[in-house]
Amino acid sequence: MVTAMGRTAPVLSVLVMLASAGAPTHAVTVPPVTVTVTIDQVAFREKSVSAHVGDTIEWVNKDIFDHTATAKNGAFNVDIPAGKKARIVLKRAGEIDYFCEYHPNMTARVVVAKAPQNQP
Amino acid sequence: MSSKIASVIVAVGLLSGAVLAQGAKPTDPQIAHIAYTAGSIDIEAAKQALQMSKNADVRAFAEQMVKDHEAVNKQALALCKKLNVTPEDNDTSKSLAAAAKAKRDQLAKLSGAVFDKAYIENEVTYHKTVNGALGSVLIPSAQNAELKSLLETGLKIFQGHQQHAEMAASMVK
Repeated sequence: MVTAMGRTAPVLSVLVMLASAGAPTHAVTVPPVTVTVTIDQVAFREKSVSAHVGDTIEWVNKDIFDHTATAKNGAFNVDIPAGKKARIVLKRAGEIDYFCEYHPNMTARVVVAKAPQNQP
Repeated sequence: MSSKIASVIVAVGLLSGAVLAQGAKPTDPQIAHIAYTAGSIDIEAAKQALQMSKNADVRAFAEQMVKDHEAVNKQALALCKKLNVTPEDNDTSKSLAAAAKAKRDQLAKLSGAVFDKAYIENEVTYHKTVNGALGSVLIPSAQNAELKSLLETGLKIFQGHQQHAEMAASMVK
């Protein structure tokens, strides 16, 4: 039902939340989503994004230069070649500041919340 | 010739990082030549480092310099072709090239960790100087919007290189 792209997923999450508010005894599964961060003009376009544990973060590099997404706390270190995409699955909650190893003036943040709890 | 005087003033500014006099404005064909030359110089420096260095951090940095500066220069040439601009050699480009050759000859006499340190420290200084010139002279002087935009992207890339070089410099000490 949920496609790889994240746009439909937040809407679905809201629907799921609404549904669960009306029927709290039903089991609810919130599917993981993909959050996209675009790299363009030597910058991470989305300076800060929010996601949950289990979600995927995908970087789309529109530059003619290779970049990396390197977490300051070591949570991830991803090569994103020029014109390519790269993705990781977020494993742990926390605020993760990251930068490009080759161009450390490129910085951004991903705020990872705990995975949404299934209702009993 | 006022443009020659301007070029000389730019050359002094590029090489010393000094603040330039008002009105020292290179033309777009000159700016294109200066920017291309500055990139080529760093590619040559990186190739020298790849020949001479065994340090993994230094080699990784040098490989990145080759890739990034080649990418920028390729775009610069494509833009010149599109705009029908022929890059025009000038005193600033000549001064840069002469200074770079002197630096390469100096570095060629070194080896091992001494070379690594000298190369990376020069990369910090060189990017700082070029970034200063881009920000204070080349970008403000550029008339064509696409050239200005490419120079602005170049500045962000080279500022990144400067920071990367500073980090690498702290590792080879």
